[in-house]
Amino acid sequence: MGTVSQLAGESFEQLAMPHFDRLYNFACWLTHDRQEAEDLVQETYVKALKGFSSFQPGTNFRAWIYKILRNAFLTSRTGLKATATLPLDLEGEEEILPAVRETPESILLQRSDGQLVQQALEQLPVPYREVLLLCEVEEMSYQEISATLAIPMGTVMSRLSRARKALGNGLRPQFQKG
Amino acid sequence: MVCESWKAKLDTYLDGELPEQEMRTFDAHVRGCPSCSADALTRVQMKRTIQVAGKRFVPSTDFRRRMERSITPKPHRSFRLGWMLASATAVVLVIATLTSTYVGSWSGRDQASRDRVFSEIADLHVATLASSSPVDVISTDRHTVKPWFQGKIPFAFSLPELQNSEFSLLGGRMTYLDQTPGAHLIYDVRKHHISVFVFQERSLSLSLKLPASVDENSLSSKQLPFNTETWSQGGLRYFVIGDASAADIDSLAKLFKAAS
Repeated sequence: MGTVSQLAGESFEQLAMPHFDRLYNFACWLTHDRQEAEDLVQETYVKALKGFSSFQPGTNFRAWIYKILRNAFLTSRTGLKATATLPLDLEGEEEILPAVRETPESILLQRSDGQLVQQALEQLPVPYREVLLLCEVEEMSYQEISATLAIPMGTVMSRLSRARKALGNGLRPQFQKG
Repeated sequence: MVCESWKAKLDTYLDGELPEQEMRTFDAHVRGCPSCSADALTRVQMKRTIQVAGKRFVPSTDFRRRMERSITPKPHRSFRLGWMLASATAVVLVIATLTSTYVGSWSGRDQASRDRVFSEIADLHVATLASSSPVDVISTDRHTVKPWFQGKIPFAFSLPELQNSEFSLLGGRMTYLDQTPGAHLIYDVRKHHISVFVFQERSLSLSLKLPASVDENSLSSKQLPFNTETWSQGGLRYFVIGDASAADIDSLAKLFKAAS
């Protein structure tokens, strides 16, 4: 028994520690609090180690551990089993925006104001923030995001589209101040 | 297909998620359509800005250590202390015996060790460039890249000023050689990528026994498709490797030597 658990521990460490920095970054974006993020990451690693025997070698470890973290976060927020639903006011028909040559985003990017983008990211609802971070920062594929968030691929695509529009809308007031 | 139809799929195209054939068709359209091309450029810039802005939070060294300790498997405690001491003594005696009989064939083993190290360095260089995320800190500014490594590696190092040179810094990431943590920096010169690796000399395995300085002519160059240079300075071991010319490798190495 001790030998089996030690072997499992060695390969878990090799798989899990390379994701540590990024998991912590993602946890901070979810929680807005470093201490809470540390607790969340710690809980994630404990749960992942305990459940490592259920992880199928050769499958996507990154999506698996991110899913654990995200579920732990949702459980801590709601006290209920994590679900993948969005509030009704965030779902709905996709807006078709008119094509605009120069947008606040393009002008903002010319000013390379990363801080404003960070502020706009912080203001996003969690479902939008997390899908944008997984796509743009973690560079996950739609398939991986689907596995991490336990939502269909079509929902990943539509949620990303709305998240990007919401970020753009969040940047407009910053641009107008500026 | 009119532009509005193309633009509806533009984000999916830029995320690299369209089927292969559709990607090629989209590529051809974007190259020929100023409107879609401008839109694509803006969206790519936004993606990069989000990526940089999103990499904001770094865990403390203390938290990292606590996490590593909590998941590292603990050795069995059933061995008695006396047995452990006896084992350690035996290991030391064996090493001493092997070393004393080893001196005669030292030069042959030395070359084999060098070849192994450079082979691993080449593997790290190739694997990183092939990765979808070759760097963890994306910046051309050495004043951004250098502090990123603080707390991640147990040493500090200097990055050269590149003004008036043809080199540009693309970014950096953490790396490991012989289980030793180090820094991996990626530079660009005329579309060639060059990796610079920095490790603590004393932390690398004693069996490496690399010379103070070696240029590509002393390597088994037939075994490596790259130009390389390595040297030791200030307690650090540097490796420079890439498919750029030997002159470029040497120039970048000189910049690092001057900065250290």
